[in-house]
Amino acid sequence: MDNDTELRLGLPGSVEVKKPRETPQKRSSPDCTSVEDDNLDRPSAKAQIVGWPPVRSYMKNNFHLMKNKADMAGRYVKVSMDGAPYLRKVDLKNYKGYKELREALENLFGCFSLGEILRMDGKYSMEYTIAYEDKDGDLMLLGDVPWEIFLSSCKKLRIMTDALGNKDREDSK
Amino acid sequence: MREEISDMSEDDETGERARWAPDLSKNRSDDSDSGPGPPIGDSPPPFSDQILENVLENVLEFLTSRRDRNSASAVCRSWYRAEAQTRRELFIGNCYAVAPHRAVERFQSIKSVVLKGKPRFADFNLVPFGWGAHFEPWVKSFGAAYRHLERICLKRMSVTDKDLTIIAESFPLFKDLTLICCEGFSTFGLAVIAERCRHLRVLDLIEDYLEDEDDEVVDWISRFPETTTSLESLVFDCVSCPFNFDALERLVARSPSLQRLRVNHHVALEQLRRLMARAPQLTHLGTGTFRSGAGFGEVDPNLDLVSAFGASRSLVCLSGFREIEPEFLPAIYPICANLTSLNFSFANLTAEELNPVIRRCHNLQTFWVLDSVGDEGLQAVAETCRDLRELRVFPLDPSEDSDSSVSDIGLQFISEGCRKLRSILYFCQRMTNAAVVAMSKNCPDLVVFRLCIMGRHLPDRITGEPMDAGFRAIVMNCKKLTRLSVSGLLTDKAFEYIGCYGKLIRTLSVAFAGDSDGGLRYVLEGCTRLQKLEIRDSPFGDASLISGLPFYYNMRFLWMSSCNLSMRGCKEVARNKPNLVVEVIRDGVEEEEEEEIEAVEKLYLYRSLAGARTDAPAFVKIL
Repeated sequence: MDNDTELRLGLPGSVEVKKPRETPQKRSSPDCTSVEDDNLDRPSAKAQIVGWPPVRSYMKNNFHLMKNKADMAGRYVKVSMDGAPYLRKVDLKNYKGYKELREALENLFGCFSLGEILRMDGKYSMEYTIAYEDKDGDLMLLGDVPWEIFLSSCKKLRIMTDALGNKDREDSK
Repeated sequence: MREEISDMSEDDETGERARWAPDLSKNRSDDSDSGPGPPIGDSPPPFSDQILENVLENVLEFLTSRRDRNSASAVCRSWYRAEAQTRRELFIGNCYAVAPHRAVERFQSIKSVVLKGKPRFADFNLVPFGWGAHFEPWVKSFGAAYRHLERICLKRMSVTDKDLTIIAESFPLFKDLTLICCEGFSTFGLAVIAERCRHLRVLDLIEDYLEDEDDEVVDWISRFPETTTSLESLVFDCVSCPFNFDALERLVARSPSLQRLRVNHHVALEQLRRLMARAPQLTHLGTGTFRSGAGFGEVDPNLDLVSAFGASRSLVCLSGFREIEPEFLPAIYPICANLTSLNFSFANLTAEELNPVIRRCHNLQTFWVLDSVGDEGLQAVAETCRDLRELRVFPLDPSEDSDSSVSDIGLQFISEGCRKLRSILYFCQRMTNAAVVAMSKNCPDLVVFRLCIMGRHLPDRITGEPMDAGFRAIVMNCKKLTRLSVSGLLTDKAFEYIGCYGKLIRTLSVAFAGDSDGGLRYVLEGCTRLQKLEIRDSPFGDASLISGLPFYYNMRFLWMSSCNLSMRGCKEVARNKPNLVVEVIRDGVEEEEEEEIEAVEKLYLYRSLAGARTDAPAFVKIL
């Protein structure tokens, strides 16, 4: 339905351009008997196919609506820090990404003497691990998933002093 | 139940199945509205015959099933005339199958019209904008001929404000306007309907797309007459623009017959409570957003939802629940036991949040939900909703690579608990043949089985085998099956089974399946009741298309996109079948291209008494 006035590589009209196309949509030649080969190389960042899965746009669009409304309402989550006497709350919507969130947490908990240790050294802080509890109740390391997905799945934040947790990460670096 | 109408698929209706199926080669189509019959305009019969005809007319008044009526009209000329005089509902499954003037000439006393337009795959953006299905020529014909028209129901039609104005001006007794998946109109048209259709009982706008610009929105709710109205149903959750809430509240207050009300997302819980107070007699309620409209985090102390729901003892159907804040769900506990239909498909709920609600819904027959509830949530459904007839599980994240929380495990639970299941639509990422087989055995009453494994070509997640065996079991064991949608890794074998056992199937949807022409052949040759066949991205070519030539007159339509068709094959079909319209649709073509591309990207063919349509846009080529 988009006007195909822009040049791009690929068969006409078959791709909703959400991500760059990695494999052209495979159409079997008449003498090819199987499309199962298509299945073998499935890169994770695959181009979205038009109209698939077959969910009516009415059902789809409203989630964007829902998300936007939630945007305006704010996404407050509790933040706990091991050893701190009380918890804080932050509005995740105030931050554009992980970096800003970490900085904000540093500022928040800077009031505690422990806060000096919460430094930003490259990607990870030295002594602390920041984790969050997701919708399923699992404790997840901060930063693995895209920010938007994190926004919708984070229920609580936890700043951990757990040495073991730190060690694992140090080893896997 | 009203919910079935939102789908408006004949397969979901009960009691509409053919009571007899003539197996004459010409008349295998038993749900065609205007079947072949004697020419119109015969000379009137002699006197004694006229008495017989009057008697006949009186009897035929009681005949409501359109299939029975089609059969009756084929008996002889006299019956044909009598049937034409007494038909009150006109059903046209494909607006291009017959010309408006012809329908209007044959049936002169119509009170209710049901008209369908675009092929279903238009819902998934496969039909370019501007393809057709304009209501205009129809409304003009009806306006001139059917003074007593009371009801219009349209699905996938293009309807303009002008068309709505013609409705308002032409039919003084007009009562019921139902628009499903339509587009082209705006709040301006709604205002005209509200204002001028003084006897309006039903205004149901279901999944339509309105054309409003932000600054041109009309306050249509205020246009209803100030007096007591006869409104029974007002559904407008798809009208996404804001509206005058106070006017709605007043309207509800002066509509004592109102039973069904579904509002859009501009209504929060405080407002909902006010509406419910005005209409405690409601049977069907679509909430707006299911959260407090007050400042975030604050709950309005006046929000006494519990008593609002407690007072609505007639509620049997709940929907809406957008932007749900689960802490408000306990308010609906008092009425859960009365519910026969619950639509949570806009509510992002976990199993934990669903549980206390669903455990109270013992009488539920229709349940729509998001896969966010997971297999665990479906287990609760299976354990409680023993009377469930229809289940739809939609994906929270409708993309191919998404992580769905429902799987074969959830399907297995449902099959074990909901033995009376008739209709299922199930989106998932992981499925096994075993679960599908189990469902085929546990739920023998299945009429509609639609499984969508979102990842393309995915096999059985445990055995790694194609999903052929599962679908085989479905067509073998579910002897009442009339509608089937397949998915997952499927070989031609699956189609062989479908052709062999799926003798009652009327609607079949295929995507990313099959190996060769043989697959499609099996279906065309085997499924004798097939009416609607829609296929995408499957390796079926000209040979299989041509193999279907003997059957296309018995079908309403065939859609094939991103298959292996070429102009040669399509032209041969067009050449051989004069009453078939063969449309080749291309994307993004503005003007006629001189050079004809041999490969056919999209084919839409349908039987028609009207011949090639004259309103086709440039990107549609009719062969």
